[in-house]
Amino acid sequence: MNASVIIFYCIAAFILLTGIVAVSSRKIFRSAIALLFSLTGIAGLYFWMDVNFIAAVQIIVYVGGIVVLIIFSIFLTQKSGEEMPKPPTTRVVFSWLAVLAGLGLIYRLISEYGFNKISSQPFNVEVSEIGNQMLSTTEHGYVLPFEAVSMLLLAAMIGCIVIALKSKPETK
Amino acid sequence: MSEVPVTHILFLSTALFFIGMYGLFTRRNMITMLMAVELILNSVNINFVAFNKFLYPGKLDGVFFTIFIITIAAAEAAVAIAIIINLYRSHNSIDVEGAEELKY
Repeated sequence: MNASVIIFYCIAAFILLTGIVAVSSRKIFRSAIALLFSLTGIAGLYFWMDVNFIAAVQIIVYVGGIVVLIIFSIFLTQKSGEEMPKPPTTRVVFSWLAVLAGLGLIYRLISEYGFNKISSQPFNVEVSEIGNQMLSTTEHGYVLPFEAVSMLLLAAMIGCIVIALKSKPETK
Repeated sequence: MSEVPVTHILFLSTALFFIGMYGLFTRRNMITMLMAVELILNSVNINFVAFNKFLYPGKLDGVFFTIFIITIAAAEAAVAIAIIINLYRSHNSIDVEGAEELKY
């Protein structure tokens, strides 16, 4: 039991607890803040796994972008002080059943398979290595998905503007 | 035991995935359903990075899949929030039970 193991279990418990608060709290603002802490904990997990670039992207895009967007839309559409209505008991019971059945199945599959480590070469993710492979056109290059994602982002941006535009009074 | 086994990281991401599923099943408010979807996408990202680091450390494919998933999740969240705000304008609520007709 060394420090790295203890840090992993602390991060895991933090992620799961804040995740549970995020999906079960009845105050919507509280659940958004819990989601923010959960995503920060996942960034901490990436730092623990030595993938610093992914951790930085996680903090910038999720914590700095998506959660702020969600909080703004809560301000625009909700009375954030009020509690949301309780879900009906039958729905909660059947959701618990479905979730526990799925969790048990996947738990059993993973623990039976075991996932032994195949190779023990060092894992280094330099940012320069990621950048070179992202834009290379050779066999393991990712330039085609990169361009596709850039088109997707452009389409999503234009689509958001068109959807959220105020409709004209005579069409309403 | 001196090192965390790979299976424990996978248990963590499985638990996070089913927490997200629970939120998606019980909530009926569009913003909280969007939050549950974000949790699910993050659990998938943890899986990709863990497989890349512990099983195939010579390659970078898992890291690239994680980057693309994060990008697409950002685009998806932006479109979803535009739809939510438009729905709030026409229905005055963002409950999915109230949005059952295709055209208002």
